[in-house]
Amino acid sequence: MPIGELLREKVLAVQEYSLLSWNALTNVFRKPFYWADLFTQADLIGFGSLPIVMLTGFFTGGVLALQSATTLAQFGAKSVTGELVSLSMIKELGPVLTSLMVSGRNASGMASELGSMQVTEQIDAMRALGTDPLKKLVTPRVLSTIVMLFFLTIISDALGTFGGGLISTTMLGLEGAQYYHMAYQYLRYPDILEGLIKPIFFGFIIATIGCYFGMSTRGGTQGVGRSTTQAVVVSSVLIIASDFVISRLMIGVFGR
Amino acid sequence: MAVRDETSADGSATAAVAEAEPAAVEFEHVSIGFDGKPVLNDISFSAQSGEMVILLGEAGTGKSVMLKLANALIAPDFGRIRIFGEDIGTMPEQQMFTFRDHIGMTFQESALFDSLSVRENVAFRMREQKVDDETIERRVREALRFVELEDAIDKFPAELSGGMRRRVAIARAIITRPKLLLYDSPTGGLDPITSTTIIELVMKQRDVYESTALLVTHRLQDAFMLATHRFNRSSNAMERIPGDGVDPNTVIMVLRNTGIAFSGSLLDLLRSDDPYITEYLAQ
Ligand SMILES: Nc1ncnc2c1ncn2[C@@H]1O[C@H](COP(=O)(O)OP(=O)(O)OP(=O)(O)O)[C@@H](O)[C@H]1O
Ligand SMILES: [Mg+2]
Repeated sequence: MPIGELLREKVLAVQEYSLLSWNALTNVFRKPFYWADLFTQADLIGFGSLPIVMLTGFFTGGVLALQSATTLAQFGAKSVTGELVSLSMIKELGPVLTSLMVSGRNASGMASELGSMQVTEQIDAMRALGTDPLKKLVTPRVLSTIVMLFFLTIISDALGTFGGGLISTTMLGLEGAQYYHMAYQYLRYPDILEGLIKPIFFGFIIATIGCYFGMSTRGGTQGVGRSTTQAVVVSSVLIIASDFVISRLMIGVFGR
Repeated sequence: MAVRDETSADGSATAAVAEAEPAAVEFEHVSIGFDGKPVLNDISFSAQSGEMVILLGEAGTGKSVMLKLANALIAPDFGRIRIFGEDIGTMPEQQMFTFRDHIGMTFQESALFDSLSVRENVAFRMREQKVDDETIERRVREALRFVELEDAIDKFPAELSGGMRRRVAIARAIITRPKLLLYDSPTGGLDPITSTTIIELVMKQRDVYESTALLVTHRLQDAFMLATHRFNRSSNAMERIPGDGVDPNTVIMVLRNTGIAFSGSLLDLLRSDDPYITEYLAQ
């Protein structure tokens, strides 16, 4: 394919994606609103992801404590392990790892579900029956992913800090009180704010990318497979890239 | 853009025609192509209220595309499409969703929602319209009885045969008694007996509810049967129109090479001396 054609296609795709995202958001204020679909999706995304998010959070906190304590001990600063674990979990790893997990689970799920509906003309059938697929399928997914990812991230942060504490006390010989004191003392509001803003953006990315690749699926079962893979790859990359941008902005605003 | 300008220019003329009952479906110089390949070129035709247009033509001549155009599921590259006098090309998307309440459509591959039961598939539109549960249940059963599938109400699409799926799709399309029906190959790939059952249903819908319809089929027999038979309400079966008559409201249209090769009644079709039509009929 010539470069120009390829470029044109990409620009068109970005335009379509933006349009879908914009509609998904503004549909929140347009009737009808599909509450039942919102709750089904929230259950699927939120409670469905709970086990993997808890496990990832816990072990990430644990390994953070393990790795940092060894390094910190060289400088005689093993006692600040708590601070390091809680700050890293809350600002970075909690939001990013939770989002990557949910992306693997749900961006792919959305892309394959909507993709199958697209290639079997179920999306067209829905439109023919007078229902806007953006309202019925996309908006509930976007909203519920944003809300659920927000809470999943908090759970992951908490379990990570707890996991770090458990490892510090059982394997690294730190006092529990000291660990939690350090974990808490150096935490500032901007850190919490950063940690809570990120999942809102990441949730939006996961759902809109998943739905976009689903809705734009062409070419049968193979196309569905392609969409699913692309949805996970693109949303993961976007999560990590936007994490960088948000972090940089926060540092610019709050200086930490 | 040129298309849009045209709308306002003869807007008054349209209004005048609209008063004298507009055609149910009207294509004006409609063209569409995919990936630079023209599929339909300068198509103009209209179907009056209560008429049935049977679309014939070889595979890939744009029959399905034509039905999707009529329901604004895709937009033409050029030309204008009016449904009940409304220009659906200039209608805002959100308004179109409401407008589709008047249009029922079945897809070539049925396109049933595979994660919903037959009941929920058929009920879909009424649920969206927030009709109460009791009425929905009654109407769903009624629609399924119409297609003789009441027993399958709790099944899922994957558990049905192809012919049953087609009939559920018909029930889903007709449940709200839309004024216009678009049937895409309702008999495609089915055995002759099931095909006849389905044609009978389509005929019942035509003659009992007097809805307008565009029907795509590959089977010449379907066109013959629809043109030469009528539905008898008292015997609840179809019967031949006496005296070898043909249904005056049934029009046959043959698509070929991006254009309309033939359009007229069954008698005209049989009398046509166009070599392509003669050959088509001889198949
Ligand atoms: N969404 C689409 N994207 C690209 N090309 C399309 C699309 N829909 C239809 N076409 C092309 O338009 C042409 C007409 O397709 P259409 O499905 O209308 O044929 P048809 O007359 O219904 O054929 P059949 O009798 O096999 O159902 C085909 O060449 C097809 O490849
Ligand atoms: Mg077709």
